Amino acid sequence: MPQFDPSSYASQLFWLAVMFVALYWIVSKIAVPRIGEVLEQRARVIQDDLDRATQLKAETDAAIAAYEKAMAEARAQAYEHMRVIQADMKAVADKRTADVIATVTKQISEAEARIASAKQAALESIKGVAAETARDVVAKLAGLTPDAGSVDAAVTTALKEAR
Amino acid sequence: MAEHAEGGHSPMEQFQIEPLIPIHVGGTDLSYTNSALFMTFAVLLSALLFWGATRHRTMVPGRLQSTAEMLYEFVAGMVKDNTGLAGMKYFPFVFTLFLFILFGNLLGLMPYAFTFTSHIVVTAAMAVFVFVGVTIIGFARHGLHFFSLFVPPGAPLGIAIILAPLELFSYLIRPVSLSLRLFANMLAGHVLLKVLAGFIISLGLIFGVIPFVAVFGITLLEIMVAVIQAYVFTLLTCLYLNDAINLH
Repeated sequence: MPQFDPSSYASQLFWLAVMFVALYWIVSKIAVPRIGEVLEQRARVIQDDLDRATQLKAETDAAIAAYEKAMAEARAQAYEHMRVIQADMKAVADKRTADVIATVTKQISEAEARIASAKQAALESIKGVAAETARDVVAKLAGLTPDAGSVDAAVTTALKEAR
Repeated sequence: MAEHAEGGHSPMEQFQIEPLIPIHVGGTDLSYTNSALFMTFAVLLSALLFWGATRHRTMVPGRLQSTAEMLYEFVAGMVKDNTGLAGMKYFPFVFTLFLFILFGNLLGLMPYAFTFTSHIVVTAAMAVFVFVGVTIIGFARHGLHFFSLFVPPGAPLGIAIILAPLELFSYLIRPVSLSLRLFANMLAGHVLLKVLAGFIISLGLIFGVIPFVAVFGITLLEIMVAVIQAYVFTLLTCLYLNDAINLH
């Protein structure tokens, strides 16, 4: 077996040492620092991206919270406005209704007063007509001329009885 | 071994060390051989991989960069998981060891290639280097307290006295098992492939199909073994480092 031929040992060991040291130099001076740097850089970039994503998410959450707060405030404000407007409208309507009622009531009472005075006037004129008619009737039938006072009193009494 | 070669080749011939550039220094033969050539290939291939992978370092890696990063993270994960952060100091060495053995094993599987990890002197040299290095690290970190590694924790004194020599023996045998495992796996696989490949020729065109299929299957198996043995060698190195750094 060539493996147990000691004459080749020195050469194998020598070249093993040379090549191993050469490879060690390549690995430790070039490969490991360069690859290590790339891996580290990549890990850093990924970490940065994750951090930024977390930050953006927090910002988004804050924006959503602010939006919802503003929305709620606006809703409350709108509701308040509506309530105030409704109250105003009701007040105006009530006032108008009251005014209208007052005007109508006043007109009714005026009309009633007018009716009453007209009625009074009518009654008065009836009394005059009745007294005159009574005097004429008395003059024609009895040939008397009754004094105005007694005729008026009699008419008034008769009117009262007729009522 | 060349005596019983039929049709010219012995299964052992593939392990023959052939000097390519003869170099003799003071009576010592330091010739540049086929073994040295494949070690050079392993180094150049690693260098090429890392050169290509780190030429334009991009956030989103390309194919070559992904390969290099995967190898890096695989070995870095192995070192970190087994030795903790203190062991990361030795990561470049462990990474070198893994790449050297991995490329040595895989390159050796190519036809006409030479597998330098199939030579016991190479695997033994690496194993002894790991063993001596780990022992030095252990004594440097813990001083004489490093000997407590040989006393199982929590064992009563009577049992500890019996167990300590066993632990010491298992510690001292580490370089042997570490080097033999890799050497024997590579040797056996390559001999098996060569023997079966020889059958293809001797059985002819019709029946030669059977060993051909076998060679195909075993080649796949050997690719797996090449990777696994590189992994095992590296993993055990990490475990030994862990013993030296953390004691148990």
